[in-house]
Amino acid sequence: MAQFALNTALPNYLRDEQKRIEGFVQGVGLDVFPTIFEVLSYDQMNEIAAYGGFPTRYPHWRWGMEYERLSKSHEYGLSKIYELVINNNPAIAYLLEGNSLVDQKLVMAHVYAHIDFFKNNFCFRMTSQGRDPKNGADVRKWIDTMANHGAVIRKWANRIGLETVEQFLDACLSLENLIDPQKQFLPRTMSPSSSEEEEPPETPEVPLLRVDREYMESFINPEDFVESQKKKLVDEAEQAQRFPAEPQRDVLGFLLDNAPLQRWERECLAVIRTEAYYFLPQMQTKIMNEGWASYWHSRLMTENICDASEIVDYAERCASVLATTPGQLNPYKLGIELFRHIEDRWNRGQFGKEWDDCDDWGLRRHWDRRTGLGREKIFEVRALYNDVTFIDEYLTEEFVFDQKMYSFGYNQRNDRWEIESRTFQDVKNQLLTSLTNAGSPIISVVDANHGNRSELLLEHTHQGADLRLDWANEVVKALCRVWTRPVELHTVVDEKPTALRFDGSDHSQKSL
Amino acid sequence: MSLRIDQDHSRFRNIVRGQIRQNLRKYISKGELLGRQGKDIVSIPVPHIDIPKLRFGDKQQGGVAQGDGDPGDALSGSPEDGDGQGKAGDQAGDHVLEVELTLDELADILGEELALPNIENKGKNAIVDKKDRYVGVRNVGPNSLRHFKRTFRSALRRQIALGTYDPKRPVIIPTRDDMRYKSWKTEEEPVANAVILYMMDVSGSMGDEQKEIVRIESFWIDTWLRKQYKGIETRFIIHDAAAREVNRDTFFRTRESGGTMISSAYRLAADMIEHDYPSAQWNIYPFHFSDGDNWSVDDTLLCVDILKKLLLPASNVFCYGQVDSPYGSGQFIKDLKEHFSDNEQLITSEINDRDAIVESIREFLGKGR
Repeated sequence: MAQFALNTALPNYLRDEQKRIEGFVQGVGLDVFPTIFEVLSYDQMNEIAAYGGFPTRYPHWRWGMEYERLSKSHEYGLSKIYELVINNNPAIAYLLEGNSLVDQKLVMAHVYAHIDFFKNNFCFRMTSQGRDPKNGADVRKWIDTMANHGAVIRKWANRIGLETVEQFLDACLSLENLIDPQKQFLPRTMSPSSSEEEEPPETPEVPLLRVDREYMESFINPEDFVESQKKKLVDEAEQAQRFPAEPQRDVLGFLLDNAPLQRWERECLAVIRTEAYYFLPQMQTKIMNEGWASYWHSRLMTENICDASEIVDYAERCASVLATTPGQLNPYKLGIELFRHIEDRWNRGQFGKEWDDCDDWGLRRHWDRRTGLGREKIFEVRALYNDVTFIDEYLTEEFVFDQKMYSFGYNQRNDRWEIESRTFQDVKNQLLTSLTNAGSPIISVVDANHGNRSELLLEHTHQGADLRLDWANEVVKALCRVWTRPVELHTVVDEKPTALRFDGSDHSQKSL
Repeated sequence: MSLRIDQDHSRFRNIVRGQIRQNLRKYISKGELLGRQGKDIVSIPVPHIDIPKLRFGDKQQGGVAQGDGDPGDALSGSPEDGDGQGKAGDQAGDHVLEVELTLDELADILGEELALPNIENKGKNAIVDKKDRYVGVRNVGPNSLRHFKRTFRSALRRQIALGTYDPKRPVIIPTRDDMRYKSWKTEEEPVANAVILYMMDVSGSMGDEQKEIVRIESFWIDTWLRKQYKGIETRFIIHDAAAREVNRDTFFRTRESGGTMISSAYRLAADMIEHDYPSAQWNIYPFHFSDGDNWSVDDTLLCVDILKKLLLPASNVFCYGQVDSPYGSGQFIKDLKEHFSDNEQLITSEINDRDAIVESIREFLGKGR
């Protein structure tokens, strides 16, 4: 720990706070990576935030756009970035210069809980880059990885021109969300070329007509007819051997393995894919991660860190973080309340068969078995769940009622957004739907030789919501750029199965 | 300190500039720029450049939130405004960026977009402006122009040369010979002066929409000509049956009713030119906007007469823009075309709606006169 802490430009009074807070953090059982805090001026903060937390990224205009937005909103006093923490070992967190001491302490407490989450939640295991052979520590050198990505892209930009590389990157970024969230849990497949069995397909039997008299054979089953039938069957069998054999949701990975890419294109695409997988767990656990961090900053600040003079400032800051707005889900609020709810239930023994079978509202309200398992339970939950399973398992009817949760939707007739329902099932379904696949549609590669013309066919698994069409067409175009052959996407538009196609020069859309 | 992000930022700005170029037509006809012009800077709202991805369409996808209200109640504020954290991780909402451009840059973009030629000066170098610039140093002059550093230096040099300089007690006392003064040179700069005379028909038939079109168009003309000439002047004349000079603000806001005597405005313009802008020394750009409904044929003939004798000889070009209005007959433009069919100095343009503004600017300024 100390070896890192010494290297930072953290002012003494903050370093003392860090030591103190780290003591409390370990005291309550949070398990964190060594952590480096750095104090940044607001424009450095904006820069690093624009880069998604990493001081070095590959060159791309969208960081510049984000930077402009952040600095504009900072200048006009619309928003301020308080904290930024990177899932890395050692973890890096940034503090904003000029924040009050209470704010800095709050950020530290919040950040430590995030780091505990990064280190222990199962989703984040995919961001592990192996084990240190010396001490077995989890290797997550993402700062270096991202810097290397920057070097790769800069190298190619220098060699073949920024414009060309940038255009290709833009195409890749359009496909950024076409990755498979379950990838890390699938059995590892061999790379397609080596695993392919090169056995010649068996010659299929052609069903022959029954021949009673031998001399009739050549008339009833003429030889060239039998041959042609045989050929047809072989063709059909070949046709049936689809590639990929199973629909593949890791579209980026599929392209990387199979698209006819030049070396620079392959390297750029690999960068985008690696980074997409790095950021995926953060999207899959937004509610849990923020909830966990808020839960602990709230406990640590009120029980350990703050003195009486600071508590009002802290409370005000915390309240603004947890405030809710109509039509917008605050993951901090939902997360913290759900963790508290779980802790409370397990403290009072509100689980198990007896609890599930009880449908007496009054009895349930005052149910208390004094089991005291709450703390243990929430640590288990933070390790073993992601947002979808977290909500699926622990969102209860009582909770939805107490938290005044509702589902909303767009009412075409009134041309406005309206509250739709407050019933438990509706709210839960809506919430799970919007969290599924990190809010992205489910897309898979179905056929890489569509129409036997080496065209790429993708399929959108329609679950009720249509794609945004203008964008979908652009994405098909981007796919075509990478695949270099026509690309077709099957989806559903206004309840009609539809194919969106781009053949290299024109878009077309037809009903299936 | 230079930040690493600066590169990406300037790259983004360049892309946005390209975007502005593509969208310029849209912004021109929307007139969004006008409300926002600061001193010399215009901010143009530029949509966040989105990287298209496969996403769900907006309106089919609801969400979950917390708070009061019954089913069927409207949500205050649209969920799209927020950053939609609950919906899709860190999906970005619709941000509107404002890009600041100087009017010069804007005029450049306009010129490139519309392929406007730079205007050829009438060749009036007759007017010269005298300007003093401090370029040298001399030994005599008023104390107010004393060049302290040079004086000190020559005094120091003298004292060292004489050996009277004591490093332990470095007192420097300049004598009269040490004194140095700034000296100036008067330079003569030819100036190209230009004046734009905006005339507008404010009779009853010109509605708000018509005036808005005039307002937008004249803003762009103004921007372009200002880029071409330093020290441009603008004068505003409104007329119904009688003409009077007004300030810019009034020009765009007044709505009068009554008849239309275009000749009144032309006569006033001719007077102005005669008194204030001798045509030998000024580039003169009269612009007249009307719905083309003149009071009488006699008055139209009078207009033609004034144009031929007074206005056209004095002006670089005379531009007449006719705005389409439900009440006007639109006859005036036909009359002008009839009388001046062979005269390149008179440019007419019909502006039927906002989308036609771009074309009309091109017609007016495309000749580079």
